[in-house]
Amino acid sequence: MKNDQENKTHITRIVPKRPWHDLRLKEVIQYRDLIVLLTKRSFQVSFKQTVLGPAWLILNPLLTSVVYSVVFGKIAGIETAGVPGVLFYLTGTGLWTFFSACVTGNANVFKDNANLFGKVYFPRLTVPISQMLAALIRFLIQMAIVLLILAYYCVTGRLQPHFPAWLLLPFVLTELGIMGMGVGIILSSMTTKYRDLAVLVSFGMSLWMFATPVIYPYSQIPEGWIRTASMLNPVTPMVELYRYAVLGVGQILPGACLWSAAFTFLAAFFGVLIFNRVERTFMDTV
Amino acid sequence: MNGYALRIRGLKKQYRLGEIGGKTLREEWQRWWALRRGEEDPLSKIGETKRIVGDRIQALDGVDLDVREGEALGIIGKNGAGKSTLLKLLCQITAPTEGEIAYKGRIASMLEVGIGFHAEMTGRENIYLNGSILGMTKAEIDAKLPDIIAFSEVGDFIDTPVKRYSSGMYVKLAFSVAAHLDSEILIMDEVLAVGDQDFQKKCLKKMKEAAQVHGRTVLYVSHNMETIRRLCSRCIVMDEGRVIFDGDVDRAISIYAGIQEDLKGVFRFTEGFRPYGRFSQRFSIEMLKTVGREIPDYSEDERIRLQIGCRAAERLENIRFRLEIWYQDGTKVGSMLSNPVPEVPAGDGVFTLEVDTAGLTSAQYSVDMVAYTADETGAETILDGVYPALVFNLLESPDADHHVRWNHLYWGHIRLRDMKLGVFGKGEVRGDECSIAPQYGGERKGE
Repeated sequence: MKNDQENKTHITRIVPKRPWHDLRLKEVIQYRDLIVLLTKRSFQVSFKQTVLGPAWLILNPLLTSVVYSVVFGKIAGIETAGVPGVLFYLTGTGLWTFFSACVTGNANVFKDNANLFGKVYFPRLTVPISQMLAALIRFLIQMAIVLLILAYYCVTGRLQPHFPAWLLLPFVLTELGIMGMGVGIILSSMTTKYRDLAVLVSFGMSLWMFATPVIYPYSQIPEGWIRTASMLNPVTPMVELYRYAVLGVGQILPGACLWSAAFTFLAAFFGVLIFNRVERTFMDTV
Repeated sequence: MNGYALRIRGLKKQYRLGEIGGKTLREEWQRWWALRRGEEDPLSKIGETKRIVGDRIQALDGVDLDVREGEALGIIGKNGAGKSTLLKLLCQITAPTEGEIAYKGRIASMLEVGIGFHAEMTGRENIYLNGSILGMTKAEIDAKLPDIIAFSEVGDFIDTPVKRYSSGMYVKLAFSVAAHLDSEILIMDEVLAVGDQDFQKKCLKKMKEAAQVHGRTVLYVSHNMETIRRLCSRCIVMDEGRVIFDGDVDRAISIYAGIQEDLKGVFRFTEGFRPYGRFSQRFSIEMLKTVGREIPDYSEDERIRLQIGCRAAERLENIRFRLEIWYQDGTKVGSMLSNPVPEVPAGDGVFTLEVDTAGLTSAQYSVDMVAYTADETGAETILDGVYPALVFNLLESPDADHHVRWNHLYWGHIRLRDMKLGVFGKGEVRGDECSIAPQYGGERKGE
């Protein structure tokens, strides 16, 4: 009730320019129920009137992994670091899909929601956050199938995951989610102005995937400048860390992890900063 | 801010004309290249109003406004006067260019009903989503859900996807959510134009209650003067990005009706009065003056005397005038025809016109004026027309029989000749005896 009283007498000022550090993150927290509902909506809507419903969440990556293990494993003959192909690709693409959904889901956030944003004010940041949460939940559901297959291989003794490293998984997911969202909203503020970029984004994301050890293990990258360059990709150490924990292959790259964390911080910081600037007047330009 | 819900100071909003930044890189490149070569920007649009400075338009040009708590403020004005821009700034959809807005409490905007509604989701799910977009928490919605459902009249359909709703049900549900917002300031843009007559009345009542009983502040934009009159306690008129009137509702509506020129006795028909251009080169109505009045306020049954300045390019025969009379809410009341003037020489001339207002009830009317000639077959040739030519007020005359206030909404605008009522006597109606005599309590004739 105290909060209520505060709301009633709180004086809001609308001025042409807000100081750059006024990010109104408190407002985002006030609208947490909206974040939950928007997240829920993206699920409800995508499974209405489908026969299999949420089963697609599991079927889709499973089928992709099977195709990958045939095409890349059997035909192209790419190594999978001694891990069964399906599991290798399932972990790689699963994590990558999560990251890429955070980027692409947010890259057009202004354009896609122009109708909504043009009619009512609410903290715009709630939409990217809910996009990220939806992607996270999808990932966790897919994780279930990974665990199931993993359990089989653990029992038969073919794989030894590094269970203590599982404690790092929340860190991996949080970082990738925030990094993806940060990159996504930076792109979104540009796609409002230049529609061309929207096309480039999907192209760029598939390039980025090939630059990340998703369909090949890090150990397969030849020593030298290519390996050094791949360390600059902030997603690389996260995929490696994830596989290290879950599959027991791959490695922890401390330097790259630090860089990745720094990159995430910068992307999120500038992302939110730019987002807040664009949000104020983008309705005039859409 | 004591006692005030909203305070606006020197508010300005500028839009750039044309494409802003260009939609694609190619356009941006074109613009850059053209500007470099000193050519005109190929993408800019050409405007025609004086609010345009360079490539910018001043949508709001310095608005100051104070709104007290619990006030229901109407905002009226022509299209493009800046009403919607003002609301957008208030709702923080876009930021102002200059000036400041300060408000107390929360603002709920209803620029459109059903924001965020998703066709695939059920009514109940949409209530939650829409409610939280409008700023309610889940707990608040939980508490109000029964009220919202009851108000929306959708009943058993609440768990059906809204794509199966009729369009009426859809807007009713959407409005119900917005109507149950708890915020201190409500901003509405003609959302009442939803649903059937009964539902509209219910909405108006709900809004009125919000202002009068719960002390909320309501800002209401509409082109429907009747709803403004019913809901609002104060009204502002906007024109060209400024507030040109602030105060009494009826007066504001009058000014809005005659917005081209404020109510005055002289009207000059420059190009601004002629949205459709001139009708012919042969004859034009140049100006109009009310005779014997500075301000065109008349009492009922009074005759309005006008002088009309005209210019004829050639000698014309049998010129007549027609006045088409409009009520202020945009309904046409009727028209008047004049006798013909047999001959009008070329050059400037003055006509006099006497208008008998008998039958018109007290209100404000606007008048279109048409000059025409008619041939023997009854076909007319329009020489010139001004829309509107004149706005006048008709006030209740003190000596007429005004035992009730005239209800324009239900009775129309013309009071036909009064009837004669008498009492014939006691008993049954007998068709063959129809002469009426004032015999109060008397014996029936012939018995």
